[in-house]
Amino acid sequence: MSDRTMTPGAAGPRAPRGARWSRLSASLIASGRGLGLCGLTLAGAGLMLALAMPVILAGAGIGIIFSHGHHGAGWDVLFSPVLLLAALVTGRFLTPSVLLAIRGLAVLTRRLCMEWCGVPIADPYRPPPGGAISQRLSFRQRLRWLLADPAALRDALWLTVNACGGWVLAAAPAGLLVYGLLNLVGGNRGHPVVAPPPALPGDEPLMLIVAGIALISLWLWAAPRLLRGYGMLARSMLGPSGRAELALRVAHLAQTRADTIDTGAAEMRRIERDLHDGAQARLVAMGMTLDAADHLLDGNPAAARALLAEARESSARALAELRDLVRGIHPPVLADRGLAEAVRALALDLPLRVDVSSELTSRPPAPVESAAYFAVNELLANVSKHADASQVWIDTRHDAGMLRIGVTDDGRGGADPARGTGLRGIERRLAAFDGVLAVNSPPGGPTTVTIEIPCAL
Amino acid sequence: MRVVIAEDLFLLRDGLTRMLEAHGLQIAAAVDNGTDLLAAVTAEKPDVAIVDVRLPPTFTDEGLRAALAARRKVPGLPVLVLSQYVEQLYARELLADGTGGIGYLLKDRVLDSSQFTDAVRRVAAGGTAMDPEVIARLLAHNSGDGALAALSPRERQVLAQMAEGRSNAAIAQRLVITERAVAKHTAAIFLKLDLQPSDDDNRRVLAVLAFLGR
Repeated sequence: MSDRTMTPGAAGPRAPRGARWSRLSASLIASGRGLGLCGLTLAGAGLMLALAMPVILAGAGIGIIFSHGHHGAGWDVLFSPVLLLAALVTGRFLTPSVLLAIRGLAVLTRRLCMEWCGVPIADPYRPPPGGAISQRLSFRQRLRWLLADPAALRDALWLTVNACGGWVLAAAPAGLLVYGLLNLVGGNRGHPVVAPPPALPGDEPLMLIVAGIALISLWLWAAPRLLRGYGMLARSMLGPSGRAELALRVAHLAQTRADTIDTGAAEMRRIERDLHDGAQARLVAMGMTLDAADHLLDGNPAAARALLAEARESSARALAELRDLVRGIHPPVLADRGLAEAVRALALDLPLRVDVSSELTSRPPAPVESAAYFAVNELLANVSKHADASQVWIDTRHDAGMLRIGVTDDGRGGADPARGTGLRGIERRLAAFDGVLAVNSPPGGPTTVTIEIPCAL
Repeated sequence: MRVVIAEDLFLLRDGLTRMLEAHGLQIAAAVDNGTDLLAAVTAEKPDVAIVDVRLPPTFTDEGLRAALAARRKVPGLPVLVLSQYVEQLYARELLADGTGGIGYLLKDRVLDSSQFTDAVRRVAAGGTAMDPEVIARLLAHNSGDGALAALSPRERQVLAQMAEGRSNAAIAQRLVITERAVAKHTAAIFLKLDLQPSDDDNRRVLAVLAFLGR
């Protein structure tokens, strides 16, 4: 989820001396990628045109009526209702798909900006209704979600700006190369193949060759930078605006707060029920048994003794139930020894070989510790229930302000967070701490689940 | 038999004192924290120390650490640790030095005073008294890897009883078999766990350790 590398080779700003070939190849790659991005521009322009189609058709239809209205009925007046109908039909049936395609294109552009230009662009979209991992949305739901998001407008704006001039930045590397080469060819032949750069005086062969060399040097230096510039331009429009970022944050906080309250309330209900049905009921029964024993004490001491034994049994069971309850609320080892040891204790209870390694130097804040502990507990339960594994590795570490716990098993894999309510629940509880859960579980295994919670040590 | 008690809750400390005295044990000292425990065991040289896991000032595993420290200070000092919860992790730490004279019981066990004092005497005599709940959780999760895999189900039952601290006679009674059969099983266990015939009690502790250590 977070393993984004910041700079691919193509955008490396300074090649070491003697690495001219790598610079050359970097510039070549940048030129090719620039052309690829121009292809995206074309697609984007096409989409914008398709988006404008209903308006264009309707405008044409209305225009015909107005311009021919007082000339009497020509055949082209009959044509205008057809145009208006076409506007309606395209608006109803084509536009939704176009909107979806625009979102798709924007997503692709973001990815390519990351992979090709070395400019990571954060996702500005609101989460789909029903949380990040959700069942498939219907076409209509998806469309409503898309339209309600201000980022959709920014996507369309980007496509327009890109089509109107942004693409020049992407095309520039290839342009410089081609123009430089043409100048060299022209200088070789003795006459220009294309018009010389306007800033150059004359078109003598020497001048052309100088211009060609200058252009190609410029290309070598500038190609990756130009591509990076294009990425920055894209980021300025495709990245979340300050407002959108805040809105996303607020939506996230509201969601996680609601989830936290729900989870807390459910937990309280569970505790109340457990106490009511368990320890409380046993204490009542115990009181009654003791009372009965009291009455029997003189008349039938043997029966009284049996009742006393029963009462003692009841008290032992009440204690056992309270113990289990407390273990579920705040496990004693966690309180005593902290996360690493508590995870070790969990591992001891597992019918699998477990390898626990921990690089924690001190204890995270108690709520984080508790959330992480229960997440690991749930993950281990999943492993022993579903994974069919023989060994588990648990790795706990803290670096760069992030508590990371990896749980890997050699089981059969194929764990899908979208289907398992367990993983979903863990994710929801971690979200209260801005924590995330990443699952990597190819069919056939191995499965690695990584938990990350930001916290200071 | 002289006992030192470390328990921070007055009611429990008082109750324990009275119960043990009623069973003919002598309370050399009853303290309420780990530091005083260390002082008491060095001064009194008791036959056994009974220690609550949770003691001030941290109310975490202070008592456990105090018990381990006491055993380092007075080597071979029998210690019975009481706790509201039993953790296999802690059981292993207590048994780690392999010398025996270790008990680890739930506080609930004091409800049955005669069984509890039996456990105290066993620990004082250098045996072990592991809480049945530790054993039960172990058996429930034991996938049977390592040395224990070689044991037959019956031998495992015997080993579990041994871990709780029962003598061969008591095990025989529990499992409804003859004492001779128990002796045969224990011999087989020692052989399979590769425990050389030496001091019998120590071998029992080592077998329990192998059991808990997996």
